[in-house]
Amino acid sequence: MSSTATASSGFSLFRFAAPHVFYPLAGRMVPWFAAAAAVLAVAGLYVGFFVAPTDFQQGESYRIIFIHVPSAWMAMFLYVVMAFWAGVGLAFNTRLSAMMASAIAPTGALMAFIALWTGALWGRPTWGAYWVWDARLTSTLILLFLYLGFIALHAAIDDPRRADKAAAVLALVGVVNVPIIYFSVQWWNTLHQGASIKPGGTTMAAPMLAGMLLMVFAFWMYAIAAVLVRVRAILLERERRAAWVQELVRG
Amino acid sequence: MQWGSVESFFHMGGYAWYVWGSYGLTAVVLIAEIVSLRARRRRAIEEAARAARAAKGSPS
Repeated sequence: MSSTATASSGFSLFRFAAPHVFYPLAGRMVPWFAAAAAVLAVAGLYVGFFVAPTDFQQGESYRIIFIHVPSAWMAMFLYVVMAFWAGVGLAFNTRLSAMMASAIAPTGALMAFIALWTGALWGRPTWGAYWVWDARLTSTLILLFLYLGFIALHAAIDDPRRADKAAAVLALVGVVNVPIIYFSVQWWNTLHQGASIKPGGTTMAAPMLAGMLLMVFAFWMYAIAAVLVRVRAILLERERRAAWVQELVRG
Repeated sequence: MQWGSVESFFHMGGYAWYVWGSYGLTAVVLIAEIVSLRARRRRAIEEAARAARAAKGSPS
């Protein structure tokens, strides 16, 4: 009796991993995440530009923080999530997990690019240089290359299942870079400032922190919405001949 | 309101290029992603519809 119960509860959970179940579910979630991203971004930008005061050291240039920190955090976080799904796909041979990893990579790459670009434009007035070969900056550049490498490797292999496997190995190997980025400001003598928020407190003024956190959540919601839209497109592309897709497009 | 005027807001205390360069690029990147996602979705639906028509046409 108990074994039947376990099996049925397991079934209800894994049901969502079935493409034809996941596709409409993801579609229903997208507008909510997109709306949350928009509302949080408006609130975050309002706090960031109209409530948070001028920084006594950096003047107005510090306002770059409201997109720099969220994009940098998302770039690192998305990489871990991408590697997780890639690893699940590799271990259990589940199609949807691998497609999830593929859906995350472009958004992660864009986040890494935004973090590097805003960092350069913040570095110039603060340090006097757009770019320095500092541990934090270099490891973030490597993160961008890992995303691009994942995308390129996946695109270079014709058979999607083999592409999933090869790209998953790359994603998993590259995950060592994430703690390197995070701890780089402690491990090496870097130009980049230390963490503004760490366990045990923050050094930021309350409205600055509030604006930054609102933007972090806005980026987070945006990334979820973008990834869900992309994974739905990938599902349609790769399951084009499956009965559920055929039924869907026939209306 | 800490800015006083619209000009001083856009001037950003002399950091206009750095601040607006950051926000401008971020906006461009995110809009580009949204546009390309829409195009990709539309293409995927068209491709699937083509495959559905082909399947219908072929004897099975």
